[in-house]
Amino acid sequence: MKYEAVIGLEIHAQLLTDSKIFCGCSTKFGAAPNSNICPVCTGQPGVLPVLNKKVVEFAIKTGLALKGNVAKRSVFARKNYFYPDLPKNYQISQYELPLVVGGHMDVTIDGKIKHIGITRIHLEEDAGKLVHKGAAGLKGSTGSLVDFNRTGVPLMEIVTEPDIRSPEEAKLFMQDLRNLLVYLGVCDGNMEEGSLRCDANVSLRPAGKKELGTKTEVKNMNSFKSVQKALESEIKRQAEMLGSGERIVQETRLFDDLTGTTTPMRSKEEAHDYRYFPEPDLVPVEPDKKWVDEISKTITELPNAKKTRLMKDHGLPELDANVLTDDKALADFFEECLKLYKNAKNLSNWMIGDLTAYLKVKKIGIKDINISPAQFIEMLNLIDKGTISRNSAKGIMVKMLDGGRSVNDIVAESGATQISDESELLKIITDVMKNNPKSVTDYKSGKEPALFHLIGQVMRATKGRANPETAKKLLTEALKK
Amino acid sequence: MELFELTAHELHAKLDRQETSAEEIVRSVLGRISRVENSVFAFMTVNIDEAITKAKEIDEYITSGKKMTPLTGIPIAIKDNMCTRGMLTTASSKILRNYIPPYNATVVEKILQAGAIPIGKTNLDEFAMGSSTENSAYKVTKNPWNLGTVPGGSSGGSAACIAADEAILAFGSDTGGSIRQPASFCGVVGLKPTYGRVSRYGLIAFASSLDQIGPLTKDVTDAAIFLNSIAGHDPKDSTSVDLPVPDYRKSLIDDVKNLKIGVIKELLGEGIGSSVKSSILEAAELLKKLGAKVEEVSMPTLKYGVATYYLLATAEASSNLERYDGVKYGHRSSEADDLLAMYYNTRREGFGPEVKRRIMLGTYALSAGYYDAYYLKAQKVRTLIKNDFDKAFSKFDCLISPTAPSPAFKIGEKTDDPLSMYLSDIATIPINLAGIPAISIPCGFVNDLPVGLQIIGKAFSEEMLFRVAYTYEQNTEWHKRKPKL
Amino acid sequence: MLVDKIPALPAFGEACREAGLHSIIRSMKVTAKDVEHVAKLARLGLTEDEKKRFTEQLSRILDYAETINKLDTKNVSPTSHAIPMKNVFREDKFLPFEDLQEIIANAPKEDNNIFSVPRIME
Repeated sequence: MKYEAVIGLEIHAQLLTDSKIFCGCSTKFGAAPNSNICPVCTGQPGVLPVLNKKVVEFAIKTGLALKGNVAKRSVFARKNYFYPDLPKNYQISQYELPLVVGGHMDVTIDGKIKHIGITRIHLEEDAGKLVHKGAAGLKGSTGSLVDFNRTGVPLMEIVTEPDIRSPEEAKLFMQDLRNLLVYLGVCDGNMEEGSLRCDANVSLRPAGKKELGTKTEVKNMNSFKSVQKALESEIKRQAEMLGSGERIVQETRLFDDLTGTTTPMRSKEEAHDYRYFPEPDLVPVEPDKKWVDEISKTITELPNAKKTRLMKDHGLPELDANVLTDDKALADFFEECLKLYKNAKNLSNWMIGDLTAYLKVKKIGIKDINISPAQFIEMLNLIDKGTISRNSAKGIMVKMLDGGRSVNDIVAESGATQISDESELLKIITDVMKNNPKSVTDYKSGKEPALFHLIGQVMRATKGRANPETAKKLLTEALKK
Repeated sequence: MELFELTAHELHAKLDRQETSAEEIVRSVLGRISRVENSVFAFMTVNIDEAITKAKEIDEYITSGKKMTPLTGIPIAIKDNMCTRGMLTTASSKILRNYIPPYNATVVEKILQAGAIPIGKTNLDEFAMGSSTENSAYKVTKNPWNLGTVPGGSSGGSAACIAADEAILAFGSDTGGSIRQPASFCGVVGLKPTYGRVSRYGLIAFASSLDQIGPLTKDVTDAAIFLNSIAGHDPKDSTSVDLPVPDYRKSLIDDVKNLKIGVIKELLGEGIGSSVKSSILEAAELLKKLGAKVEEVSMPTLKYGVATYYLLATAEASSNLERYDGVKYGHRSSEADDLLAMYYNTRREGFGPEVKRRIMLGTYALSAGYYDAYYLKAQKVRTLIKNDFDKAFSKFDCLISPTAPSPAFKIGEKTDDPLSMYLSDIATIPINLAGIPAISIPCGFVNDLPVGLQIIGKAFSEEMLFRVAYTYEQNTEWHKRKPKL
Repeated sequence: MLVDKIPALPAFGEACREAGLHSIIRSMKVTAKDVEHVAKLARLGLTEDEKKRFTEQLSRILDYAETINKLDTKNVSPTSHAIPMKNVFREDKFLPFEDLQEIIANAPKEDNNIFSVPRIME
């Protein structure tokens, strides 16, 4: 029996605001425990929440970018459950009337465009962080420590329709969604740090059938790869069970990156009764058309559109366009450079190749580099002119980035200018030919590789500064004589 | 008359004429407390040294010629469910037995800015849940008019305090009548402002959509002065309204000519004591004599108020009280080997029976399968009650009724039957459900126990309430009587 | 001192009559199991005595509360906020709270500024 996987995702994105959703505490990651707290986010007796306007703005912006409908009237609700990372023992979230309903995102898979529906987008507050004592995790711990820095950080929850059909699709969707959120400037999309989180609902059904099978919830997927691996593992597990006539138990399963499999979270399914009711301390949000239009205007070009434009207007191949648009900052740098430089493909090669390699090694982003687009272009111009060779440029680029210096400075200092002057090169070639009579004879008797040995000698003699193409041309001519 | 017997406006006049000092006033009040507190038990904590230190500061401020407010140098008692920074705040519950708030409630900040002097924190029914102050986990406050009776609740400590001259002004909070009913039992003035008129930030929440902070005072003038200082928009409270605060003193005019006043029929029928009924009808007659047009009005949905309230208020309360769990502040049980044990035992040890009962009721009303039948239904009935009031206010400028069905009952009389205790709020609860303002003023005595007249207005019509209340007060002498302590 | 006699509040009596109870009998509305379940949801430890008492009291109170079912609310919208308001916001501004130590000082148990709780059993 062939089974079809039916997958829906529940994504939580931490919003990039300066302050928390209901109080003025900082949202900055990595502060000392319990240093970004106040009476409101620690649930002191008598405190009240006040909604951060920018949080609403970001959610509406996301909803518009995903072609969803912004609710005329949206209400907050209390989700009641007891846990130490939840100071009030209820989370202020949204239930019946979320901020955005509907929408979709297009994902390209195997060259085809697939429509993944969005069910809803709503706002809620994040919980604190628990660290367990005396054990690696919860099991066997002797106690736990609670840090409330994260309570009240604004979260945007995006729920997709169960339109996803494969683990790869899920991964692609997450990557595209992440890019979109980064492009919108609402989230920094870091799954490893927890600013972007994903849970999945997975079920199988016989191919072609409409009824949904029993679903399981998969949690603890901390990277795009994990999302794919976890879903692959869970689909395999369910298929095996169904194949042997077993029933799927509706449960929550946690993914373990080390084993690559999921295990059930609770041995007995304990359904939570969250006792949702409208939050009496907050009033409804009713965005008017004027505000929504203003927000709409702040949406600049989105990743898919940018990709298409780079391919169309600058003739870039899809692969290049993909890599560049994946990182908004990289794309921005690229476009800044294009204002001063015409050869888009050459620029792309350098940026995707050497520049990206440098960023990876230094573990920084393009926002952190020390040179400007103009300075980068200076280097490319020198290569095009022949003043420096491609090879030496690689090293020069590193020096530029390390020291934030201009290419001209570095070249002047190291005397690394490329020797393209033919008369100068001829002198060196004559010397090399004199000093390498065997290679000369070898080449003349038909051994082509000997030429490369001679070119190598020329490069050695010029400390790499000889323009290799010119040297090759002159040598070849000289050897003909 | 002694300083402690005076009103805030009388003391302000004396301070202004330099006939007395803040320190003299504070010492007079502290002296009074030391003499009668062992009979009344109004306070949880009294700030003896701090109050005198503050009074000295205020005196320096005054003598240096700086501008006074009507509250400068006035000793104020604060109900112990309002957060006072650095001062023990218990909500009269064991679960907050050692809680020292890191911040001041907004209204506390306001009165401090105005130069008032906090004299102490008053006793209440635990978490403001009750109508007699007998639910306090610490002590039972006595009604100064008859120490064998209750002062009412939940702001019983504050009301008793004012009746016994143990403070000049007092803060109360009102969710279903908790300012007005004790005002009625103790023969003082108590006002519940329109919902959102006064900030709730720093008020330990009971039922968020019903709670309001308000004044308990010796006369109507003091209530107007006090409200002036505490009303106003607070950016820290999303439910506080952004409307300008009028000068309520301007409403203190002795004139009700041609005002249309409705007497609520259902609140003078069965269930209301006959002597209470007479007092109210006499008050209605007086207002008529003073030129108002007084007529009966029927409000048929009012009788569903108590049932509605005990579903809505307990639901919100059950959620508001979830934070008391031994993790961050307050009591933590010593029987806490694991997290669940800590939760169960802390809350078992920390909450009294009435609080537990209401948490259970509220949790039940919100739980899966019952939400529609209980909580949602109650919210709809709330709309009906609100509509009833709107209809009445299209005809009348204000409405009157008794504040409570009877004067103060005996201590211990109703503690065995929670439902009977709930039903004594029948006249005050609907006002909270509708979010409208109401004031209780003394209007008579039954067996030497005070009876209160409740005047109800539409939203943001406190000016109307003050006008009618002031007129009645100026034409009667009830407010001049004091209990013999 | 004599206090005015408190009449039996007929509102309650009326409700009982309407609910079909001719005398105040023990209602079976809320069971002991319900009480246990609700106590669990509310993390409230109850003694056996309390469980019994609450079962009876909650039943009576809910019987009374159900009188609101007599009202026709088919076309009535619920009131969450008595004074209708909307769109109350604050600006996205970082405002540090200065007195952090006073928050930590109330912790029943803490470890180097971090709130400590007993082990969480699975």
